[in-house]
Amino acid sequence: MATPDYEDARAGYDDPAMAHRQPQAQYQDQGYDPNFVPDSVKMFVGHLYRHIREKNVYEIHQMYENSFQTLSDRYFKDTPWPSVDAVAHYVDNDHVFCLLYREMWFRHLYARLTPTLKQRIDSWDNYCSLFQVVLHGVVNMQLPNQWLWDMVDEFVYQFQSFCQYRAKMKNKTENEIALLKQYDQAWNVYGVLNFLQALVEKSMIIQILENEKEGLEQFTATDGYDYNGGSNVLKVLGYFSMVGLLRVHCLLGDYHTGLKCLLPIDISQQGVYTSVIGSHITTIYHYGFANLMLRRYVEAIREFNKILLYIYKTKQYHQKSPQYEQILKKNEQMYALLAICLSLCPQNGLVDEMVNTQLREKYGEKMVRMQRYDDEAFAIYDELFSYACPKFITPSAPSFEEPLVNYNQDAYRLQLKLFLYEVKQQQLLSGVRTFLKVYSTISLAKLASYMEVDEATLRTILMTYKHKTHAVDSDGKIICNADVDFYIDDDILHVIESKPAKRYGDYFLRQIVKLEGVINEMDGVKLE
Amino acid sequence: MGREVPKQQQQQQVAYTVDQLVAVNRYNPDILPDLENYVHEQVSSQTYSLDANLCLLRLYQFEPERMSSQIVARILVKALMAMPASDFSLCLFLIPERVQMEEQFKTLIVLSHYLETGRFRQFWDEAAKSRHIVEAVPGFEQAIQGYAIHVLSLTYQKVPRSVLAEAINIEGLSLDKFLEHQVANSGWVIEIAQGRGQLIVLPRNEYNDPVLKKNAADTVTLEHITRILPILG
Repeated sequence: MATPDYEDARAGYDDPAMAHRQPQAQYQDQGYDPNFVPDSVKMFVGHLYRHIREKNVYEIHQMYENSFQTLSDRYFKDTPWPSVDAVAHYVDNDHVFCLLYREMWFRHLYARLTPTLKQRIDSWDNYCSLFQVVLHGVVNMQLPNQWLWDMVDEFVYQFQSFCQYRAKMKNKTENEIALLKQYDQAWNVYGVLNFLQALVEKSMIIQILENEKEGLEQFTATDGYDYNGGSNVLKVLGYFSMVGLLRVHCLLGDYHTGLKCLLPIDISQQGVYTSVIGSHITTIYHYGFANLMLRRYVEAIREFNKILLYIYKTKQYHQKSPQYEQILKKNEQMYALLAICLSLCPQNGLVDEMVNTQLREKYGEKMVRMQRYDDEAFAIYDELFSYACPKFITPSAPSFEEPLVNYNQDAYRLQLKLFLYEVKQQQLLSGVRTFLKVYSTISLAKLASYMEVDEATLRTILMTYKHKTHAVDSDGKIICNADVDFYIDDDILHVIESKPAKRYGDYFLRQIVKLEGVINEMDGVKLE
Repeated sequence: MGREVPKQQQQQQVAYTVDQLVAVNRYNPDILPDLENYVHEQVSSQTYSLDANLCLLRLYQFEPERMSSQIVARILVKALMAMPASDFSLCLFLIPERVQMEEQFKTLIVLSHYLETGRFRQFWDEAAKSRHIVEAVPGFEQAIQGYAIHVLSLTYQKVPRSVLAEAINIEGLSLDKFLEHQVANSGWVIEIAQGRGQLIVLPRNEYNDPVLKKNAADTVTLEHITRILPILG
């Protein structure tokens, strides 16, 4: 299921072409009949329904990933799928199946067409019904992780999309404004957050992950599936909802709370979140971005490096996947974020050779210019941030009385401004860094004259360097992020050489395992 | 003493309920008044809860018409007091730009800027001009002095008395007294530099002394060892 792209950070916000387009069901002119069901669609829903009833996860996954895509390409390139009423009797009017069908129906519509306000509201209603069934009803299905992830991902996407849409008040018709007033609960921020939170709580997923650590329960080991006849739906939805909450909080600029929501998932290890590429990328992208905003650059660099390497190595397997474009886009955005992190906080040892080569190719020249901290450098920080940041939203409803104004850029502008503010506070640090690299000791008077400032100012710059390179982590511990460090004794500055710590232990462990592998392999070779 | 104890218990109880309230009702607009009261309580009892305050700012973000500038200002002053943690930025991320344009918030942003860039003299000058904002929160001065000492201890092994005086905004006899206290309680030492007044020797820590830098890099976890156990066996 292709999640519709978050358009270009800038172009998407104020695209006049989009604003003037009247999306009111253009496809009806093209002879779209919501009640016409092609034979292959009858087969599709019939089989999918049967596989779901039989809990055949493998077949469900095939149909969901491949057949749905193929049919969409063949019959529904620019029109919606047949209405749910038209297919209901091929699936025994099964209530839950119809909710799932509509969820896919809307997802397809969002991806390929422009939803009308009424459709946005209907989609919200459908999510409400679907989640309510999962939360309160007894659901005994077993659905593929990919599908469950797509539900959470799409739910958050449609919320974000709705906020963007609602914030463009200037071109709203009277009819649209009346609808917005009438359905003020649709995509309400409290509703969205409470659904995600309820899924986390009701699924007991936090407890399950805790129990698993003590060996009392299995979740990660089975990829979240239940092989004892139970259902995986609530548990896995709850699990992915933690990622959903991280994302929503990032969209709101609440990075601290976002990271807190993700805490139950140990991202230093593989987990169910890595079982679906989209979830893996979304998790790390938002985790890294939040850490960047919290000035924990080393943490951000470490995770970006890992996932970029992973994407580099596995990209070819996803070429045919509907998520491929989205993977590439996030890949590019994360390189931009990595370039920002490394410009603010140079780290030689943390980035893999392969990732580094890619990074230099894409941003090498820009990164040199970013070190200069002149207007041009700020413009590049601005450009990279705007390109790579999440699509921030204003969650509150518009005031309908005043002259109607667009406020869809407000949230983005605020985050950008605060980020650039931080960059400016750090602007003199790269100068300090340059000198620290060539001296082992230097008097403050001499350094001040090199940097063309007086000694008192130099002392403030050096304290800024110390403060900015020593981040506070979530437990209140001070973490040193400096590549070169120093201390001052009265008026002499001493540089602390940081020798790259060689990890002999780890190295030998890996070699031992490798050698054992080679020996085993050789043992297995039979000489004829 | 007899009276003190129940009062403390009572305070703890309130703190417990509000934090619990936040944990259980993170996205519930009904707890807004409780959170506002809790801000006042944090101010008067000199306690602090970032999570509760972020939760309140979030509710304001969802319903801007319910926002109280005075309470937002209190939260921001409290966040300044939490430096070196980046709480102040965390709060700003949630406060709409047009609100940040208000005079008192502009002042607080300038104050934060001075602290973030180690410019303590400018900070204390500016703070003196804005007494009405910062003095409403007890413990403000001590908290900032604590931050200044934190940054100095990251930076210096030995710091000239004048630099220290400027950073914590204490001079003359009061500074002597302050130093006496630090010498007695925090392991500070006073040296006399040749003809240039006092030098304060700050305790060594892993950030101002390479010798103490922890070398945690070359530890091998049990988990890794278990991988080769079958081979060794």
